[in-house]
Amino acid sequence: MITITHYLVLSAILFTLGVVGVLVRRNAIIIFMCIELMLNAVNLSFVAFAHYLNSMQGQLFVFFTMTVAAAEAAVGLAIIVAVFRNKETVNIDDINIMKW
Amino acid sequence: MEAYLFYIVATIAVITGVYLIFERNPVFSALFLIQTMVCIAVLYILLEAQFIAAVQIIVYAGAIMVLFLFVIMLLNLNIKEESKNALPFQRIPAVVMGIVLFAAICMIIKSKLLQGKHGEYTTAYVNSVGNTKLIGNLLFTDYLLPFEITSILLFVAAIGAIMLAKRKL
Repeated sequence: MITITHYLVLSAILFTLGVVGVLVRRNAIIIFMCIELMLNAVNLSFVAFAHYLNSMQGQLFVFFTMTVAAAEAAVGLAIIVAVFRNKETVNIDDINIMKW
Repeated sequence: MEAYLFYIVATIAVITGVYLIFERNPVFSALFLIQTMVCIAVLYILLEAQFIAAVQIIVYAGAIMVLFLFVIMLLNLNIKEESKNALPFQRIPAVVMGIVLFAAICMIIKSKLLQGKHGEYTTAYVNSVGNTKLIGNLLFTDYLLPFEITSILLFVAAIGAIMLAKRKL
């Protein structure tokens, strides 16, 4: 029998993978994809809670999260394209002009 | 049956998630992320959220990831570029802290703090009306204002993306 704990643990694993990816990788696009993975993990726990608590709010929140993620992906990728046009790289170690 | 399906799909999702992190080629990373998202869509169907599963495939795996692939191919990234890592000592602490984070989340899950009031949308009721119809009803009644704000957000995001990516206005 699959309980809510199974889904929450899977969601935790995927979220942790996203966090580790953000910390380990240097490529801005892959960091961005890891953020998408974290959003997906949170969506999964939303839907799991909605199902096991007989509620609909979780699914509606996932709907709104997906919209925000789509907007975020569009703007974020535009920023990456703009940065690449100026610096010829997407390695975040080289994009340190705002460090000080 | 349901349990077997859950374990198979969850295993595939975790494996592809690991490959997403440690794959050197960004194109393969994006394809692995698409695989993870399809697995999560299967889990949504197991959780009887059919509309969300369809939206997950169409919007995430279809639209957002194709945008990612377009940008990766547009920039024509050099795979070797990432080898010059300015913080080589960051990797092991990152993995260790990731494990600590996972343990912390598991402790919260185990602590039985995550409880809530049961709602009225039981499986039988949702199946008699239809998942999509219920979501549509709620979106255009209780959640009308967030829905409208979402449209403004998407509009602003489209304008912002064009402004940022255009060479000169």
